[in-house]
Amino acid sequence: MTKKAVFLVVPALLVLIFPLAFENPYILHMLILSMLWIVLGVSWNLLGGFTGQVSYGHAAFFGTGAYATAILVKSGQPPATAWWGLLVGGLAAALLATFIGWICFRLRGPYFSLSVLALSEVLRLVALNWKEVTNGAEGILFLPAFNDKGAYYYIIFAIAAITIFAVHRVMKSKLGFYFLAIREDQDAAESLGIDTTKYKLISLMISAFFTGVAGSFYMNYMGFIDPGIVFDLSKISIMMILVTMLGGAATLWGPALGAVIYILVSEGFRVYVGSGHLVFFGVLIIVIILFFPNGIVGSILEAKGRRERRTDNKDPKQVGA
Amino acid sequence: MSLLELTGVSKRFGGLQAVGDITFSVEKGEILGLIGPNGAGKTTIFNLINGYYAPDVGEIKLNGEPIQGLKPYKVCRKGLARTFQVVKPLGRLSVLENVMVSAFSKTNHLPEARQIALEAISFTGMDAWKDNLAKSLPLGMRKRLEMARALATKPQLLLLDENFAGLNPSEVERTIEIVKKIHATGITILIIEHNMRVIMAISQRLLAINYGVKIAEGSPEEVANNGKVIEAYLGVAHA
Repeated sequence: MTKKAVFLVVPALLVLIFPLAFENPYILHMLILSMLWIVLGVSWNLLGGFTGQVSYGHAAFFGTGAYATAILVKSGQPPATAWWGLLVGGLAAALLATFIGWICFRLRGPYFSLSVLALSEVLRLVALNWKEVTNGAEGILFLPAFNDKGAYYYIIFAIAAITIFAVHRVMKSKLGFYFLAIREDQDAAESLGIDTTKYKLISLMISAFFTGVAGSFYMNYMGFIDPGIVFDLSKISIMMILVTMLGGAATLWGPALGAVIYILVSEGFRVYVGSGHLVFFGVLIIVIILFFPNGIVGSILEAKGRRERRTDNKDPKQVGA
Repeated sequence: MSLLELTGVSKRFGGLQAVGDITFSVEKGEILGLIGPNGAGKTTIFNLINGYYAPDVGEIKLNGEPIQGLKPYKVCRKGLARTFQVVKPLGRLSVLENVMVSAFSKTNHLPEARQIALEAISFTGMDAWKDNLAKSLPLGMRKRLEMARALATKPQLLLLDENFAGLNPSEVERTIEIVKKIHATGITILIIEHNMRVIMAISQRLLAINYGVKIAEGSPEEVANNGKVIEAYLGVAHA
């Protein structure tokens, strides 16, 4: 086995056997939340980090995923449908993404970023007021399918693994190259044969799909959602951006690391300080952006990359020109 | 049938007639030079051909097929590649990745794209630079990267927009060689260039424009000695 595979497989196995070894529900809960945020960070990053299309309103997709499965269960399906209903949540979010992307991605500049922000707010108000379907501000409450946190642990582990693997595969393919080209220069991308509108839309759909799955999982796990929670601007949309920036935008593992740090910080503060975790997290982000503008993982990779390039090419000028 | 045909093409930006009723054609296998003073409309013509702008009137045909108004990525897939005067490297990607992006217009598979890209890179003599980030390249190499990228789309017709500007004399010589080598593989070239020594050395036919209007067309010697061309560059007293 290669060194890289060991680095991946060993931690994955540890995470997998963890619930069997420890039955501490609190720690399981923390791990579940961390993995949920890993999914959110990694999905946001595909669009915002790799494709360069910053979304200020990913809560729109998170909430749509959550409500899609919640309405499914509320309309008479047994609660157990909800966990395969994760797919329904993902598809609903991807459908919404197609709609907003199809409209906004013909334009360049901040239109998409702002439209999706507006979209998430609109959806929050719709969920709040369309009482027949969403129960309005009362939210939707149901008995979860599983009593055991372990089951949720494995489900979210699988989702997180699939999300990371999918983004990894995408970035190693034609799609990934096209996403990066779009981020770097849309004019150049067009002249090199890239239909920028189409590929921005594909990136958004993948990103929204996994965000929707995460939203759907969240509602399954918590057994309760209301519009204020799942369409929250600062706690969902903005936090997805911050988690990504902290760990490193446009890196595969950066958002995952950012997610874990975020959960550690917010729980640490909740338990030992009581409040103020957002203030601390905000300061942490400022410090990271000031000193490591590429985020934690991004800065490490850059330092490594520089060294490799230096050793690879001692003096390219002599050979090249 | 000509490879590229422009018939009565005009483009106006507000009150400025950037290109007025231009008609010319590029024959398969030739190198046609496009010259004219600054602001004559040369790059606008490229932008019209390549699909950045749609002409207000007129027709542009590639292989007899109308392409005016098509988006740049579609024009690219029909076999037309271009370089930019103001270079547009994909900064945070390596040279190899830059060229691979354009190679993906010919294949969906990574190893093949890599192969096409490596060929284009060595064709333009950039092997030693392939792992450098595009943003770290000096200008001469950025201009060459533009060519490598355009080549990797395997075009029939290549539009070169001032690929010699800002190069030192030895780089100019090297780039002339590369352009001739590209031409030798059967790619037709339409080139914009200010450096008269270069354009006389490479092109088989010249087209001169001023204020968006064609003022002369013919062999390089004819055009260079044409009164209107000299007037456009140097003023009436010299004509």
